[in-house]
This record gives sequence, C-alpha cells and structure tokens, in this order.
Amino acid sequence: MTDAPRRTALDATHRALGATMTDFAGWDMPLRYSSERDEHVAVRTRAGLFDLSHMGEITVTGPQAADLLDYALVGNIGGVKTGRARYTMICEAEGGILDDLIVYRLADQEYMVVANASNAQVVLDALTARAGGFDAAIRDDRDAYALLAVQGPESPGILKALTDADLDGLKYYAGLPGTVAGVEALIARTGYTGEDGFELFVRPADAVALWEALTEAGKDTGLVPCGLSCRDTLRLEAGMPLYGHELTTATTPFDAGLGRVVKFEKTTNDGDFVGRAALAAAAERAEANPPRKLVGLIAGGRRVPRAGYPVVTADGTVIGEVTSGAPSPTLGKPIAIAYVEAAYATPGTEGVCVDIRGSHEPYEVIALPFYKRQK
Amino acid sequence: MSNPQQLRYSKEHEWLSGAEEGVSTVGITEHAANALGDVVYVQLPEVGATVAAGETCGELESTKSVSDLYSPVDGEIAEINEDVVNDPSLVNSAPFEGGWLFKVKISGEPGELLSADEYAAFITG
Repeated sequence: MTDAPRRTALDATHRALGATMTDFAGWDMPLRYSSERDEHVAVRTRAGLFDLSHMGEITVTGPQAADLLDYALVGNIGGVKTGRARYTMICEAEGGILDDLIVYRLADQEYMVVANASNAQVVLDALTARAGGFDAAIRDDRDAYALLAVQGPESPGILKALTDADLDGLKYYAGLPGTVAGVEALIARTGYTGEDGFELFVRPADAVALWEALTEAGKDTGLVPCGLSCRDTLRLEAGMPLYGHELTTATTPFDAGLGRVVKFEKTTNDGDFVGRAALAAAAERAEANPPRKLVGLIAGGRRVPRAGYPVVTADGTVIGEVTSGAPSPTLGKPIAIAYVEAAYATPGTEGVCVDIRGSHEPYEVIALPFYKRQK
Repeated sequence: MSNPQQLRYSKEHEWLSGAEEGVSTVGITEHAANALGDVVYVQLPEVGATVAAGETCGELESTKSVSDLYSPVDGEIAEINEDVVNDPSLVNSAPFEGGWLFKVKISGEPGELLSADEYAAFITG
C-alpha cells in the first residue's frame, strides 16, 4: 500500500505562496516560504502565521472523561479548570514516553487532547485501550479541525482586529470558544515558539478564509507565513522538547528532566494511572543516581551540532548526546539541546565539546532555555 | 529560476565557468541553494589541494542539513572565496555571482557536464 502524503485544507494557499513543502509525519507541510531565518526573526519581533493542521486532535467526553484522562495520562487532568489547558504526557506501562500532549478542558465533561502528528494514532489507540470501564467516549477529531497559529509580540493586536473575544482575559495555557473573522474557533493562548501567541482550531472548510483574514489583518505589522523549519529553531531556542528528539519511548519523564509533569497524588482512580509503578521507580532512580541531564550548548564556532552527535570531553570521552541542534538566529551562533552526564551538566562546565564529524568543537554549557521573552 | 547559459553544470548541482587561463570558477546552483535552505557554514578545500571530479572536497551546512560539496572537475584549487566563508548567506543570495565557492586549475577533461538547458531539464525531470 502506498500512502500519498496528506494535504491540509490550506495546501493550495501554501503552494500559491511558493512554499517549499516537506513530508512530515505523513503530511505534506510547508517547510518555509522564503528564508527560515527571516521567518524566525519575524516571530521573535513581529508575528508569524503557521498552518499546524497536521497536529492530532482527540476529543474525550462523558461523565468520567476526567477520570479516564487521569488514568491514561501522567498529569492531574481532573484538576484543570474549564477553559484552561495543561502540558502533559502519555506514558507506557513501563514508563517510556509515548507522546507529550496539550489537554484543553473545553467544558465540564469535554476535553480536547492535542497530540503530535507523528503520534496521533498511537495516542488514539492508547486512549482507546485505556478507556475500558470508564463512562467516557473518545472521538477521533483529526479530520474535524484545521489549526492555525499566530505567534509573536504583534499577535494579540492582529487577533483583536478580528474578534470580540476577551483576549486580555485569556491567560497563557487557556482556551475559549469564540468567533475570529466570522469563523467559529477555539481560541487558545498556546504555542511552541517562546512568544506570546494564539492557536486557532477551526473547521477545515473555514481555514482558508481565516488564513486570508489573518494575513490581511497582519500586513501592517509585518506578519509573515512561517513554515516548520523556523518552528523548530524557535522551539529549540525556547528550550522546548520535541518528541522523537528529547522525548522517546526509551525515556521516562524523569530521565528527560520533566518529572514535574508526573502527578503521583491524583484524587481519582485511587491514585492509579498507567505507568505509575514504573514511573515511581524511575523517580527513585533519578533521585539516587542522577541521570543524564538536558542542557543547552552554545557553539564557539560556526559548525552546527546535529541530533545524534556525541558530546565529548576534550580527550574524546563520550559524556552525552545532542538531541537537537541548529544555528540560532537570535544568538547568531549554533546551539544544541543535549543529554549530558550530571557531572558535566552545570552551567559553565569547562571542556565540553561536540564531536562534529570527527572534529571536537568546544561548547558552552548553559541551563535551558536559550531565549526567554521579556514580558 | 534561470541558469546562466555560459556555465556548465554537474548532476551534483555545481556550476563551472568557462576556463580563463586554465582556471574555472565553481559554485552551487540556485536550485541547490534553494533546496538547502539558509546556508550557515561552508567548509572549502584549501588552496593548493588536489580535487577530483565527483569527489567530496568540502561541506555546505544549512539550518537543516549538512551536504557534501563535490568538485565537478579534476584539478588544483587556485583560490577560495573568503567572502562566502565569512558570509555563507551569499550562497543563497547570489549563487552564480558573489556566492561562488572556489577556483580550480583544471588538470583533466571535465566528465559529464550539462548545458544550462540540459541541467534545467535534469532538475525538473
């Protein structure tokens, strides 16, 4: 069976804009429209418009929707108030990370789980498998939504021109239903860029009209369409993990330095959840024997570290591995996220290098993130 | 995108100028530069180094990837473009002009090089 890549509702728009397209998790997505560096800078200084329709939405409804999610995910989902969102993870029984997720509580008995495109089916299958015995329904809504994101300091102003929704009252990690440019949308103040911004979940049939309205509303402030390439450098600078790079099934949240997302004190299901025993053991292991830590590395030179390159001492002893790397437009230097042994993880540690195709290039160790916006 | 008529092209997306006093200029095509995305680092062969047609002689690094740089001909490196070492974005902004990579004193007949029209057909084919 050959599967042609899926196209989003905005496919013709991307092509008309001259986007360079790429296959991403089975979707044909815009990689960049012009220069990824220019797109990156636009999001940091003005605003950028993204098509993220490849993300996977799953709706969970019913009297025990919260109980089901508390059991299936590592976070305390029952404690999320209506209109708010939470970053969480879904783990295997053995503790490995299946995906990182954002869960929106849309109503008392209605949640939307947003999974990474590459894991949407895995998450759907796991939730379905874990739903037995709960009075809750799981709906595959991957085809029900297009997702547009407006990110950057000018994004509130751009959106305000198109909606009566109370954006000032909409906090970070919150979402509310509203109308944008005459289109029904779930307006969420979330993103993956390190900037203020909004994600707009709409019907696919409304995606082109909304894209065009946002483009028009943003033209005076320098909003530009942005592809997945700059999305990656933006999230890297913001120190945000990416599934398949920092997070994998071989990694527990504690090994990834994200143990805080695991809530052992849940009030539902007698505190039980999938992966509990394994994660408790992983937490103890991490306490007793600090695992490799995720750190930031800043290059002295120009050569770019890539995922999978070894982190080494000057004499070549391997002390870690790069998980993501790219030239940072904001810092003007190559940067990387890497797992390194705890003994080398302290910011300022001397003698940390990356083996770049045989050459040991010196790197500065810093605490993540590389970039934090000024509020 | 247009490929200058006076140049010859390799299937590895280098261009080669006509030889003046036996020295030709080499760069990568606009098509290749666009495919790479923003070029952020170039590693060029050293002046005096011997290069062989179709063999790796450097690296081009973009935001997303690392690509080998090949020489389209046998020869000896006569000059490298220091401007492009200092400002790799020239490869994107002026691939056929200020973004040239090196000059090579050709020591043998070039292999299979394409005309501008043949190269255009090759990249769209």
